[in-house]
Amino acid sequence: MSAYQDLIQLSKQIRGKLVQISHEAKTPHLGSSLSCVDILVALYWDILNLDPKNPSDSNRDRLIFSKGHAASALYVALQLKGFFPKKILDDYAKPGAILSEHPVYKSVPGIESTSGSLGHGLPIGLGIALAAKIQNKDYKVFVLMSDGECNEGSVWEAAMLAPAQQLNNLFVIIDFNKWQATGRSEEVTSISSLTEKFSAFGWKAHDVDGHNIEEIINSIKSTSTTKVPTAIIAHTTKGKGVSFMEDDNNWHYRIPNEEELIKALSELKIK
Amino acid sequence: MRAAFANEIETLSAKDERLVLLSGDIGNRMFDTYKEKFPNRFYNCGVAEANMTGIAAGMALCGLRPVTYTITAFNTLRCLEQIRIDVCYQNLPVIIVGVGGGLSYSSLNATHHALEDIAILRVLPNMTVICPGDAWEVRAALRAAIEVDGPVYIRMAKKNEPLVHNDIPKFKIGKGMVIKNGEDICLLNCGSLLPFTLDAAKILHKKGISVQVVNIHTVKPLDEVMLKDVFTKFSHVFTIEEHSILGGFGGSVAEWASDQKNIKGKLSRIGTGDFFMYEAGEKEYAQNFFGITPNQIVERVLKAMI
Repeated sequence: MSAYQDLIQLSKQIRGKLVQISHEAKTPHLGSSLSCVDILVALYWDILNLDPKNPSDSNRDRLIFSKGHAASALYVALQLKGFFPKKILDDYAKPGAILSEHPVYKSVPGIESTSGSLGHGLPIGLGIALAAKIQNKDYKVFVLMSDGECNEGSVWEAAMLAPAQQLNNLFVIIDFNKWQATGRSEEVTSISSLTEKFSAFGWKAHDVDGHNIEEIINSIKSTSTTKVPTAIIAHTTKGKGVSFMEDDNNWHYRIPNEEELIKALSELKIK
Repeated sequence: MRAAFANEIETLSAKDERLVLLSGDIGNRMFDTYKEKFPNRFYNCGVAEANMTGIAAGMALCGLRPVTYTITAFNTLRCLEQIRIDVCYQNLPVIIVGVGGGLSYSSLNATHHALEDIAILRVLPNMTVICPGDAWEVRAALRAAIEVDGPVYIRMAKKNEPLVHNDIPKFKIGKGMVIKNGEDICLLNCGSLLPFTLDAAKILHKKGISVQVVNIHTVKPLDEVMLKDVFTKFSHVFTIEEHSILGGFGGSVAEWASDQKNIKGKLSRIGTGDFFMYEAGEKEYAQNFFGITPNQIVERVLKAMI
């Protein structure tokens, strides 16, 4: 049995909640949210040095959630970590609610930067990582991106600069679920060689199973001696955890009906 | 103006350790002493303005006061979405400095002309837009911008522009300066054409027209008190800028005027037209091409007064 059994169970619980709130709030991007759950669990429940009671501690680690369309996964993780009360999550996406379909800076504690338009998170994360060097702080900065997001040129502008500045406190994690909004990401652009691309740009890059929490954690912890930024290409399945959503890109936009919700919760063994 | 900027940012950085200077691979040698004095507060971000602007936002999220610096056309439009979302939506204290506003880089063609930047940046919520009239105002604008807890755009010209002030003027963001009093008409200048506007006023004076010259260095927020005053006092008010008459300073004054009751002043906008320049030519040629030299300003004023 994995030492990470509790976290594996937590991932299932989060996935159940994601299906439920997509159904209730009628919000899309469920497949994208489900694919990054294990990465978020690895980060928030093991890697990140964060205190929900002191969310603006200047020495905290930062996660820039650049694939903003999967906001629901971020919200559920932050709420379970205790960054904000459950009532705020219950009101998600209702008219006038604090939480909307993309993360907004300062809406709730724990959201480090606004996202929604893709390709913005890595430059911002780079700026935060540089600020650590300027201010003599030793926090780490993680940027979670999608593979479709790597279409954006600004990603590669930042990818070229970060190694030149020897930002070993900067980590990119790509939720590589092989889909973007309307097609296979490899068919839209030549994305399959992401590891080689980041390596060629001067990063320490490696592949992990993006649904193996232990492997994600170990891969991040193994980078402590590097002098360059790290890119972790996390191979994932869009819609992970719900059999009829897995690798079916219709769930980029589809919203589960009552019957599908019950079926999904049953599969995840959530009552 | 750029030399004044380089000197002033160095002076201010010695006093304020939050200041960080980001360059888009421009300012060759100009920042050598800055780099020597503050080796970990100068970053050449390369020819990558979107990334530079995002970096600035990230630094501002950590309590720093980053200043992005490159050619105006690129530091505004190339990275517009980063300015809109990363900087303005998050309301972060990033100072965006454009060097070569208007026609300063005219010989490098319309790729390097900046004649639409004011129109585009002034409509962004939370943004402050400042267009200094001379090198002294650049220094004053920079000092004032550092005190703003939000985004500021400073639009400079480039080098060797004539000075209007003798020292750093009393400068308040959003507050216009009466440079010369007059009785008949009012010229509202915005930005680096200030010496031309003053020359035009002299020529008009010789023709028997008494001209008031007001320097409106801040396009946003507009000095509505000053506008109300001059539009009440004068029957004809002109806006003058090295920018398109569409949407720039003149455009913003036109918007303001259309919402007013009980103003008597007619508004005429003087600036560049709704077309690109395709031929070669230095700044003087380009200013003549677009009709904004002192004599052409006078002609446009006289024609509008008929």
